[in-house]
Amino acid sequence: MPLHSRHLLGLDGMPREDIQLILDTAVSFREVLDRPIKKVPPLQGKTVANMFFENSTRTRLSFELAERRLSADVLGFAASGSSVSKGETLKDTARNIEAMKVDMVVMRHAAAGATAYLSRIIEANVINAGDGSHEHPTQALLDMFTIREKLSRLQDLHVCIVGDIAHSRVARSNIFGLKTMGARVSVCGPATMIPRDVEKLGVEVYHHIDDVLPTVDAVNVLRIQLERDASRLFPSLREYHNFYGITRKRLEKAGRTITILHPGPINRDVEISADVADSEHSVILQQVLNGVAIRMAVLYLLSSKN
Amino acid sequence: MQLLLKNGRVVDPVTGRDEEMDLLIVDGRIEKTGKGLAAPGAQAIELRGKVVAPGFLDMHVHFREPGFEYKETIASGCASAAAGGFTAVCCMPNTNPPIDDESVIRFIQSKAKEALNGLVDVYPIGAVTMGRKGEHLAPLAELATAGAVAFSDDGSPVFDSELMRRALEYSAMYKKPVIQHAEDPALSKGGVANEGFVSTQLGLPVIPRLAEEVMVVRDIRLAEYTGGQYHVAHVSTAEAVAAVRAAKAKGVPVTCEVAPHHFTLTDEALRGYDTNTKMNPPLRTHGDIEAIKEGLRDGTIDAIATDHAPHSFDEKEVEFQVAPFGIVGLETAIGLAVTELLRKNVLTLTQLVEKFSVNPRRILHLPEIRIEAGAMANLTIFDPAADWVVHPQAFRSQSRNSPFGGFKLTGRAVGVLNNGQASWATPS
Ligand SMILES: [Zn+2]
Repeated sequence: MPLHSRHLLGLDGMPREDIQLILDTAVSFREVLDRPIKKVPPLQGKTVANMFFENSTRTRLSFELAERRLSADVLGFAASGSSVSKGETLKDTARNIEAMKVDMVVMRHAAAGATAYLSRIIEANVINAGDGSHEHPTQALLDMFTIREKLSRLQDLHVCIVGDIAHSRVARSNIFGLKTMGARVSVCGPATMIPRDVEKLGVEVYHHIDDVLPTVDAVNVLRIQLERDASRLFPSLREYHNFYGITRKRLEKAGRTITILHPGPINRDVEISADVADSEHSVILQQVLNGVAIRMAVLYLLSSKN
Repeated sequence: MQLLLKNGRVVDPVTGRDEEMDLLIVDGRIEKTGKGLAAPGAQAIELRGKVVAPGFLDMHVHFREPGFEYKETIASGCASAAAGGFTAVCCMPNTNPPIDDESVIRFIQSKAKEALNGLVDVYPIGAVTMGRKGEHLAPLAELATAGAVAFSDDGSPVFDSELMRRALEYSAMYKKPVIQHAEDPALSKGGVANEGFVSTQLGLPVIPRLAEEVMVVRDIRLAEYTGGQYHVAHVSTAEAVAAVRAAKAKGVPVTCEVAPHHFTLTDEALRGYDTNTKMNPPLRTHGDIEAIKEGLRDGTIDAIATDHAPHSFDEKEVEFQVAPFGIVGLETAIGLAVTELLRKNVLTLTQLVEKFSVNPRRILHLPEIRIEAGAMANLTIFDPAADWVVHPQAFRSQSRNSPFGGFKLTGRAVGVLNNGQASWATPS
């Protein structure tokens, strides 16, 4: 049973069976990663280009490792800033790379919809590694994989995403994916960080973290983007930490076991306290490992869709 | 040259005429009107079922010359206007150099006279501020004297409240409206899409409806205080329409226009990130369309203007957030208005002609057009029953950036007559 699409642009609209297939396939690759020899041959002879128009060491390394573990040839392309500031259009850049006979392109780009556009202008399979504030599907898939691994299901679990929902591609992809998989999803953050009409996506909105934690099974803590023009969204990091930071005290008050996820890199003692990040309920490091398995699964499944 | 227009339905809101009749045109002047006219030697054109209206004026186009001739020239813009059924346009000053100097006005006037032998009247709109930078007033009196019919920094708002106040005071001495691109730049900064469910789902930076509404409300108060004539370009939100309605009821000298895409499409069209759905103000929601239609019906919205904004293929062939705002509109305006407004009983035929011809001329204090013997023939002829499919490749405009490719529309221009010149659509 193959995937319905030959690209992975996002989880919005992706059928449940496709998400299920990716998660199940990732289980096998996760096992591969525990073997002494971690390399398998499915992408032998295939070339994957990683086009990163935004800095993201972690996601790029994770994709690269996944590609090499599958025996693909890997082409790296890093350009900070937008295509426009480089003086070359995305179309020209992409076509140049494709001219080198690339089979798959993984792209990170600052503009929402950039990967959808890319998929219209090139022949290769396109994998979205983050497009603006739109989607980051492999991150959400690895989050779901990790939750499922820890709590053995997604159906009817309550997952709360905390942080700047409005500007987060991680939040959007998680909302789309988790809703499709039957989870209860809530978002929590100051009103300035909650996008308009988000409840129409079927999520509950909370502004006070202590109101939601007592019913939550897993909390996905978003990184507060210090670099963004954030002073208009919240007054200070101290205030954010005091009112939204995930701390041990807060978790104890909630009175239940809550699995802690974070897409990384974490700002210790801002959105999450150090002791929580390092606690036994934190699955932050598992997420990193599972990320490789998820990306292997996605690359593998799409490579058979040419 | 003699032309006998036979059996057309003459709809002239100024004289109150709405009847089937013949018009004999001699050397660009209406010589005779009546039923069953005979004129041996005249070229006869059968127009049964077609509407003969006073020439349409699009008071909001971007013709890109001088400075951006690769998008559109005055000549190609005039050809597009004529093909779309317009005998006159007002061109916005965001050219390079901008229309903040009378020499640019004279340049445009001379180019317009050369284009199609002057068939389309091109009325320049002068900049409100030097370089459209929003800092110092442009020479409004000189511009008005040279032929500017209004002032606008369109593309950008006049954001500074004090400067807007002064612009309204100053332009009022010359009976010229200030046309505002109403957008509070602090609220819309970096935005590309209406703020709402669609932008939330697509992760696009937002231009909240508020950005338009707070500026319209502020400007109305400035217009009321100064007595200056204020016109809102391309209204797009329900609250902006409501604010204009309330101001009119109070007797404030305010008018407004709407672009056809704002009564046709919603932000749902952005799914897929087609850059031809990117315009400013952005496509809004179904509720806004309903409010706009009500505003058209009850007279709150005076005019239909296209905001014709040509861009080259390459400029639009980029990421959504990177693409320039705007779409071409001249050649789909009548089709969209007939399809969305006339056929859906939002407007009567007479009202439609008012929005396209009578009202924009009134706002700009241009001489009214009368369809009667002795008057110069300034006519738009269109077929309100013609079904057609939009093919941007067939546009006379130099650019093809339209979101309406493939749309099936009803209503299409048949021909235009003005200044002794005529242009007829080739029947397809
Ligand atoms: Zn404008």
